[in-house]
Amino acid sequence: MSDQSIIDYILHLGDNALVLGHRNSEWTGHGPILEQDIALSNIALDLIGQARYYYQYASRCINAADGASRPFPGHEALTEDVLAYHRDAWDFRNCLLVEQSNGHWGKTVLRQFFFSAWQFELYGALRHSRDSQLAAIAAKSLKEVTYHLRWSGEWVIRLGDGTEESHTRMEEALGDLWKYTGELFVPADYEKPLALSGVAVDLATIRPAWELKVGEVLEAAGLERKEGEWMQKGGKQGKHTEALGYLLAEMQFLQRAYPGCEW
Amino acid sequence: MANTVTDNTTIQELWTLLGEVNDPEVPVLSVVDLGIVRDIRIVKDSPGSANGTPEIVITPTYSGCPAMDMIRANIRMHLLEKGFSDVRIETVLSPAWTTDWMSEAGKQKLEAYGIAPPMPTQTVCRLEMFSREEAIQCPHCHSYHTTMISEFGSTACKALYRCEDCKEPFDYFKCH
Repeated sequence: MSDQSIIDYILHLGDNALVLGHRNSEWTGHGPILEQDIALSNIALDLIGQARYYYQYASRCINAADGASRPFPGHEALTEDVLAYHRDAWDFRNCLLVEQSNGHWGKTVLRQFFFSAWQFELYGALRHSRDSQLAAIAAKSLKEVTYHLRWSGEWVIRLGDGTEESHTRMEEALGDLWKYTGELFVPADYEKPLALSGVAVDLATIRPAWELKVGEVLEAAGLERKEGEWMQKGGKQGKHTEALGYLLAEMQFLQRAYPGCEW
Repeated sequence: MANTVTDNTTIQELWTLLGEVNDPEVPVLSVVDLGIVRDIRIVKDSPGSANGTPEIVITPTYSGCPAMDMIRANIRMHLLEKGFSDVRIETVLSPAWTTDWMSEAGKQKLEAYGIAPPMPTQTVCRLEMFSREEAIQCPHCHSYHTTMISEFGSTACKALYRCEDCKEPFDYFKCH
């Protein structure tokens, strides 16, 4: 296990949280009703808080790494903000699912549900990581993710099993998003040695529980999952869909234009 | 003159001082009532030295709580006012914060302020869809005839409720 593989893994976990947190925050002030606007904004805050834990940890690891092999050599004392605002799309290690556009409310809650169901199982296992900081972040965040999972799952059922219109739109959202769920269970090269040494989660072990939860909720929602569909991947290696570039352009603009700016 | 940090009296004094630092979002609760302050120790300047630096160990409530940076700043400012010019604040994540750590005095202050305190028995979020926590008592008229409006309220730590008897909306500081 090299220093680089654990840094990539921490960034992968942090990028998932930041990118989905940012996507959700795009709804703030635009939610269908006030209470749900607040709910999704709270979920966004939880995720951005998680991202900060990971970036703080990653920057400590990077700053402690040897000069020659150190990533992001341009920054002498790397901070969480540099990791969030000064990396480009190919440096981001998030899954493709989280960067997909919000679309309508139904697509947003379905994206959240697929992700929260995965994060719930992932953190449940990561609590026992041999890396004590990853274990602490997972244990801390798991309670929050439980709320995210119940909230998003209820919305998927409510809309899937709602009116003809809402059902049609959920089917459409499922068609848009299902192809990005396969990647959640494909380990990246940096992840494999970490899973063997008990630092990262072996994704194969959490897949059955995810399948079960997703199957239950989709069935209650009257939605049929696609079998044998082509699964798109690449995000964990930095190969992203077009959507991420636009997201970063907006999220990073201020720090790119005025580096280190504070208010 | 800066306070000299020497012994257990100082640690007791620091606990009392932190009891005067309030949470910015729920200003009736101090950071001690909330259970955010986990430990206070004195780090000796050198082995055997009489002098040392206070180290305050805190833990965040929710990961995304935007008040944490302000809480750190408020702790530093208050201790500075009281003569502790050099204070270290360390943030730990483990063990994860729980509303079980909220003091009894804190729970009473919350209720008097109009926020329903966390249930005495921990009833955290269950996974079954549409499952709901036990009835929460209205902090205004004490009725149990209440309905949850949203499990996410004005801050991450609260849920939004309505009393069906006195018809008032209220915040519930949810178990965590």
